[in-house]
Amino acid sequence: MSFHAALRNGTKSVFLRVEEAFDAPFGGQDNPLRHLGAMGLYLLWIVVGSGLYLYTVLDTGIDAVYNSIGYLSQEQWYLGGVLRSLHRYASDGFMLVMLLHLVREWSYGRYYGFRLYSWMTGIPLIWLAYIAGIGGYWIVWDQLAQLSATATTELLDWLPIFSEPSARNFLSSDTISDRFFTVLIFIHLGVPLLLILGLWAHVHRVSQVDYLPTRRVMLATAAALTLLALLRPALSNPPADLATVPGELAFDWFILFIHPLTDLTSPAIVWSLLFGLTALLFALPLLPHAKAQPVAVVDPANCTGCDRCHVDCPYAAISMAPHPDRPGFKLAVVDPDLCASCGICAGSCPSSTPFRRRATLLTGIDMPQLPVNALRQQLEQALEKLSGRTRILVFSCARGAQAMPLASADTAVIELICTGMLPPAFVEYALRCGADGVVVAACRGGGCDFRLGERWTSERLLGDREPHLRHSVPSSRLLVLLGSAHDSGALANTLSEFRTRIETLGVATDRLPPYLRSASHHA
Amino acid sequence: MLKPAAIVGQVILYGAFAAFIGYFATSPTYHQIPDDVALIKLSISHLGDRDCRQRTPEELAKMPPNMRAPMDCPRERSDIRLEVDLDGQEVFRTVLHPTGLYKDGVSTVYKRFEVKAGSHQLTVRMDDNLTKPGFDFVKDEQITLAPHQVMVIDFNPDQGGLFFK
Repeated sequence: MSFHAALRNGTKSVFLRVEEAFDAPFGGQDNPLRHLGAMGLYLLWIVVGSGLYLYTVLDTGIDAVYNSIGYLSQEQWYLGGVLRSLHRYASDGFMLVMLLHLVREWSYGRYYGFRLYSWMTGIPLIWLAYIAGIGGYWIVWDQLAQLSATATTELLDWLPIFSEPSARNFLSSDTISDRFFTVLIFIHLGVPLLLILGLWAHVHRVSQVDYLPTRRVMLATAAALTLLALLRPALSNPPADLATVPGELAFDWFILFIHPLTDLTSPAIVWSLLFGLTALLFALPLLPHAKAQPVAVVDPANCTGCDRCHVDCPYAAISMAPHPDRPGFKLAVVDPDLCASCGICAGSCPSSTPFRRRATLLTGIDMPQLPVNALRQQLEQALEKLSGRTRILVFSCARGAQAMPLASADTAVIELICTGMLPPAFVEYALRCGADGVVVAACRGGGCDFRLGERWTSERLLGDREPHLRHSVPSSRLLVLLGSAHDSGALANTLSEFRTRIETLGVATDRLPPYLRSASHHA
Repeated sequence: MLKPAAIVGQVILYGAFAAFIGYFATSPTYHQIPDDVALIKLSISHLGDRDCRQRTPEELAKMPPNMRAPMDCPRERSDIRLEVDLDGQEVFRTVLHPTGLYKDGVSTVYKRFEVKAGSHQLTVRMDDNLTKPGFDFVKDEQITLAPHQVMVIDFNPDQGGLFFK
């Protein structure tokens, strides 16, 4: 294993453990660590909303700008002061969440293949976020702004981009005019607008985007930041005085860390680090990584153009085009560059029902590495081999809890690429072909590697999403467990409890009528 | 419905998130330079001299009447030699080159020196025409710097050349 792979796996393990620990109080959907992108967007909207108010009351003059911002904190602390603090703390939160999002996506290996576009479009956003953040501090024009402006221009001057050193603009107070702040505010509005545009591009190729976290998370985050704003309001340092070097300053390490780093090292080292890290992030997809899996394949003869795969695909890899052979019908078309090879589309296809009459089950959209026909054959063979009082079939996600070790004489395990690829009719089919119970072991809520697999699986099996499991299937014989790779023990325990529960049903009256495909009238 | 333990857990974690942000948004404080230190910024942006020569009457006669400029000045600017001494010690020596593809732009320098606050003898010498010997501009002065004070060494021909601010 390479150093990079070892580092990535180690980081992933830490993230997984912490995320799973957070699941206890938050649950999957409310777990902020599982929705860092949405958290970042939410914090950005707080920054934008509070910033709009600050913009309306800001007076752009050398002295006026400091006084008008100071007025907010001193005289209008209940509104302007709180909004100013929210603006700062949400910006810091955004930086923190953005960094965590970056490291998490890297550690989960989400930087190549179908995720390449999102990865590449995300990297420039980091630069934009820091440009906007650093520029925002200058507007206050206090001693921290002075330090940042001087240090930033000195850093920029190391690059051969200006004919005259830009730091000369901050030599003395008479070199700065009111116009400077007008330009600064223009930049501080323009760069975040670019950031929002970049974010749109960043999520452009993802469907069902979580633009915002859940309402509960939003309320709790807003409450926490507002409380912080009240308890520790953001205040200005003393006004800027270019004739002196600022003394001890309250310092924002989330945004301005680059200045102490430059003081500690040198502009050459800082630029090397910044450009090197950026180049490294861009080059990550070139490093060795897992081989791409075969993508979904559409069978025009069996595609009804129903649109469900198009709706359910987590990566917008499927579009609908006019069917070449059936006028008035549509045909699913897979974009291989965007396909995640998760099989969620196969699970959504109504043609994937195993009750179909043909000896070879052909469906509208299928995975070459695990076609639904092979899945049906695997299921039938597994059920044939099962013996014992209570025969249970487990459909498990290959990336979730380890179910294979649970296979035994009375327990069969079928591993899926993602449980989202399981057509719900397979559950009924298993129960009618000899299984006493079916367990579907999906990933934890919000923990699906393909984003939506566990959600679609649950909704389909609960009858909330098409194709749904028929209501005639007794719920007592189906168990859906949401668990991660660390929940293998919990899966074993739950399976044991499930078996006991079924056995206590005795000669159950809820058993479905048997179905033998070869003897059915369809055959 | 959330369990009480989950509510407590969420309150603790959201509180920790806010506390983390609140702390590192202002702390620890940062000191850019020590308390007993002042800063000298050397910042000069100046066009080097040009090596002009007087055109001869014969040369002028050959030129169109509207172009008979008495001086023939090349486009290129001279390098600038700059020296800074503090208390008799060399602290900076450089030769600034003109910017621009044709070397016709300004020569610039921006340097910062951290020095102990107090009295110092500061000497700056600048030569903006290297074809002539010696320095055209020299500024030698006893300066007193307060802690954290910023003193700028600049050049402006309209202000008599080198000056301290």
